[in-house]
Amino acid sequence: MANLSINIGALKCKNPVMTASGTFGYGLEYADFMDLSKIGGIFVKGTTITPREGNDYPRMAETPSGMLNAVGLQNKGVDYFINYIYPDIKDIDTNMMVNVSGSTIEDYVACAEKINALDNIPAIELNISCPNVKQGGMAFGTSPHGAAEIVKAVRKVYNKTLIVKLSPNVTDITEIARAVETAGADAVSLINTLLGMAIDVERRTPLLSTVTGGLSGPCVKPVALRMVYQTHKAVKIPIIGLGGITNWQDAVEFILAGATAIQIGTYNFIDPTISVKVVEGINEYLDRHKIQSVSELVGALG
Amino acid sequence: MKHIADWTVSENKRLSADFCLLKVRLNDELPEIVPGQFVQILVPNAPNTLLRRPISVHFVDYDTHELWLLVQLVGAGTKKLSELKVGEQLNIVFPLGNGFSLPSAPSSRGGGEAITPPLEAGGGGRLLLIGGGAGTAPLLYLGKQLKELGHQPLFLLGGRTVNHLLQLAEFEKYGEVHTTTEDGSHGEKGFVTNHTILQTFAISSQRGVMSTGTPAACSGDTPSTIAQIYVCGPKPMMQAVAKYAKQHTIPCEVSLENKMACGIGACLCCVEKTTYGNICVCTAGPVFNINQLTWQI
Repeated sequence: MANLSINIGALKCKNPVMTASGTFGYGLEYADFMDLSKIGGIFVKGTTITPREGNDYPRMAETPSGMLNAVGLQNKGVDYFINYIYPDIKDIDTNMMVNVSGSTIEDYVACAEKINALDNIPAIELNISCPNVKQGGMAFGTSPHGAAEIVKAVRKVYNKTLIVKLSPNVTDITEIARAVETAGADAVSLINTLLGMAIDVERRTPLLSTVTGGLSGPCVKPVALRMVYQTHKAVKIPIIGLGGITNWQDAVEFILAGATAIQIGTYNFIDPTISVKVVEGINEYLDRHKIQSVSELVGALG
Repeated sequence: MKHIADWTVSENKRLSADFCLLKVRLNDELPEIVPGQFVQILVPNAPNTLLRRPISVHFVDYDTHELWLLVQLVGAGTKKLSELKVGEQLNIVFPLGNGFSLPSAPSSRGGGEAITPPLEAGGGGRLLLIGGGAGTAPLLYLGKQLKELGHQPLFLLGGRTVNHLLQLAEFEKYGEVHTTTEDGSHGEKGFVTNHTILQTFAISSQRGVMSTGTPAACSGDTPSTIAQIYVCGPKPMMQAVAKYAKQHTIPCEVSLENKMACGIGACLCCVEKTTYGNICVCTAGPVFNINQLTWQI
C-alpha cells in the first residue's frame, strides 16, 4: 500500500481523487453506490449568493465520446446550502468543498465569506470559468486582469484553501494561472468545460436552449492534459487536473503531466463508482512500480 | 436504495422494425421496483456512446428475477441494445425515479368509500392507462399491479401504425385494451384523444350516469366514470390527454422522458418546469401529477 495522501496548500487529502463540481451533486446522490469516505474530496454543485433557476430545457446533448451541458448554475443559493444541505454533508468523512460562482465580484465575495464560516468546509473552488451564464462566470476567467481582481477580492475574506477553477476557452491558460497565483490563490483546478455546440439537422435548430454549452467527457482529455502540462511549467502552486478522466490510467496521466490531484467529472454519470475504482487503480499502479508515495509521481515525466 | 449490477440478457426479441423486447436477469433477488420507475443502461461495445440509456421498466418478474424493457431503436445506443445476444452482460443502475400512485383499494361502484389519495375524484370510476408508442412500456407493469389490487384497468394504446402497437396480448392479460392508429391499420383511426371511449366517458361524466347503448368500453357492470388517468407517450399526446383530464377534473399522472445524463439527480440536465421551479425528472419524476407542471393546457 503506497502513500496516497497529498496536500493542496493547507488542505490535507487522503488521496488525490476528487469529484468535480456539477457532476456529483452534494455527494449524497452517490451514497447508495459507494463509500464517500474512500475518496480525497468532493466539490459540491456550484453555489451562488442568490438562488438560480438555471437555463431552459434542453440543457444537455450527447456528442461523440462526450456531452454538452448548459445547466447554468441552477442552485438554491448559499443560505439554503448552509441551512439545509450543509448539516447533512458536514460529517461525511472526506473533504467537502464548495464551488463558488457569481455574476459580480461582490457576489463571489459575499458567498465566499459565508462559506468561510462553515467549520467543515476546508476549501472553496472559485468558479471563474462557467461558460453557461450570461454574466460573470467565464467572463472573469478569460482575462488575467479579471481573474486576478476576483481572486484578490475573495482572498481578503476567505482564509482557508482557495482553489481557482480555470477556463480552457482562452489563448494561453498559463497567463491566467500566473495571474491568480500572484493574486493569492492556493491552487488551480483545470479545465472547466470547453465551449461547444451541436445542431439537430432535421429541425435545423441548436440542440441546447442556449445554443452553446460546455463540452466534457473523454473527448476533451487530450486538451485538458496539455493545459495541465503547460500550467505545471508556469506556476508553483498545486494543480488539480480534470477533463475526461474515465479510469486510473487517465488519472496517472494527469499526475505525470503535473497535477497534484485530479477530479472526476462526467464519468460519474456513466459509472457512479468510478472514483473509488480510480483510487484503487492508482494504488496498484504505485505498488507495481514500487513508488512509495503518489506525490513522487507529480510531473515525473521521463 | 439504488443499485448498480451486471444483468444477463435472457431474451431479446425484435417486435417490429423500431422496437425490441429485451429481458434481463439478475443473479440475485430483485429489490422492490414500482411501476413508472426506470433504469439506466450502459451500452456495451459502443465506446463513442458515452451516456447510459434511460429505459422504463416494462415488466418485473420477481420469480425469475427478470426485468422486461421495451427498447425503441432511436439511435446508435438503442440499436446496439437491440443487437445483444442471450447470455451477454448488461450493466444497469436501478431502480430510479418515482412511480405512479397506486390506489390501494378498488373503486366501488356507486360512490362508496372514497379511494385513498391521490385519487381525489368521486368514489367509483375506471383507471384509464393511456400510452403512445414506446410510452406504452411502463403501463404493462402498472396494469398488472392495478389488477392485483383488484382494479380493472382500461388500456388505451396508440401508435402510428399497427407496427407501433406493442405487446397487445400482454396488455390483454390485465385489462380491457383499446387502440388507435394514425393510419387506421388497427383499432380506431386517429389519435388516442379522439377515441370514442374518451368521448363516452366525457358524456357520462357530464351526466353523472351511465348512458344506454354504450360501446364496449362501458359495457358490463362497470363504473361509467374515470377515476384516474395515467399517461405516457410523446409530449403533445400527453398534453392533449392532460387537457382532457383537466376539463373533466380527472386526476392525471404523466410520465416524462426528458433527456438526461446521470439519472440520479446530480447533473441537473433533465429538468422540467414545475409550480415549484425547475425540477429533475429523474429524481422528482419521471411521474408527475399534471397539477405540478406548468403546461399551458
